[in-house]
Amino acid sequence: MPLSRHLAIVPAYNEAAAIAATVGDLHAHTDFDVLVVDDGSTDRTGECARSAGAAVVRHPFNLGIGGAVQSGYQYALDHGYEIAVQVDGDGQHDASHVGDLLRHLAEHPELDMVTGSRFLELTADGYRSSMPRRAGIRLFARLLSAVVGRPVTDPTSGFRMVGRRGIELFARDYPHDYPEVEAVLLLHFHQLRGTEIPVRMRPRTTGVSSINAQRSAYYMLKVLLAILVGLLRARPVVEAGDSAPVQAEHAI
Amino acid sequence: MTTNVQVVAIVVTACLFALVFELVRRRRMMERYALLWLFASAVLLALAVWRDLLEQLAQAVGIYYAPSALFAVAFGFVLVLLLHFSLVISRLADQTKVLAQRLGLLQQEVDELRSQLAEEREPRPERELTRSSS
Repeated sequence: MPLSRHLAIVPAYNEAAAIAATVGDLHAHTDFDVLVVDDGSTDRTGECARSAGAAVVRHPFNLGIGGAVQSGYQYALDHGYEIAVQVDGDGQHDASHVGDLLRHLAEHPELDMVTGSRFLELTADGYRSSMPRRAGIRLFARLLSAVVGRPVTDPTSGFRMVGRRGIELFARDYPHDYPEVEAVLLLHFHQLRGTEIPVRMRPRTTGVSSINAQRSAYYMLKVLLAILVGLLRARPVVEAGDSAPVQAEHAI
Repeated sequence: MTTNVQVVAIVVTACLFALVFELVRRRRMMERYALLWLFASAVLLALAVWRDLLEQLAQAVGIYYAPSALFAVAFGFVLVLLLHFSLVISRLADQTKVLAQRLGLLQQEVDELRSQLAEEREPRPERELTRSSS
């Protein structure tokens, strides 16, 4: 049984160099249990995380960020955690901000999700990224703000904390391919309420981002398509008790 | 339609029908995937054999050369079959994801229970208990 009611979910793929520091950071700054979801890494990510004191769920092969994060939420649901926060494995998210997210969630019980945004407070030494990427993020931010009716400044932020309802929702239904952007929509469709608070993110120290500058345009196009399809989806809301999105066939 | 074209069309579609049927009979193909194939090849065979029907169909849609109508129908079936495969693949991918996630979660639980058990048996753990999961 977990000692803490709070879980930090750390999806990681080939982050052996950074994962121990990330786990150590979380243990140093928070009382959260740490779960590393090793998404089929080919290096020693899982072992490093385990010896750093984290619980490790290891996928037999790479499922992508969406699948990894969802495993984390399923773990949180299975073990009865009240609060789950998502923290990237590469050390971009500063564990000292987890306390801020938790405080905000505690002070506003009507909220279901709090996201750490890089762009709420622009500081000189803040986060930097490439030009096309920033333009893309700004476009998504506008689009999402218009759709969900609340300001969304950092739609691609994976630094998020959710309460029990959020855990249940994400364990049951989580977007496949571009989860950060789509999850904002998902939450909106389920009438869960989210907000953002400013955080500072560090430039990544090791590893390679899954999105590089050259692929940004392609990524943007696909996310736009995903948003559009999400809006037009016949049944955007999968509630408990609905038929499963994946139907097993019993006949042979 | 010349007799040659008709003969070729009949032979090809009959072979296709026989092949699909044989694959199902040998259990190489599941019935649920074979149904669409059987239906498609049966319709094509019928059109190849029954010349009047094909010519009526061609006239109705405005195709001057009747055997072309056979191609058009065949192409339509190919499209439907491809779409069907995309649906099947999507479902399989989704199911695989669920399996991989469950497997990961169960493996974690097994590892945890195993290390708890080892601690109970041997309260003073001398060697590293954590082992890599294959």
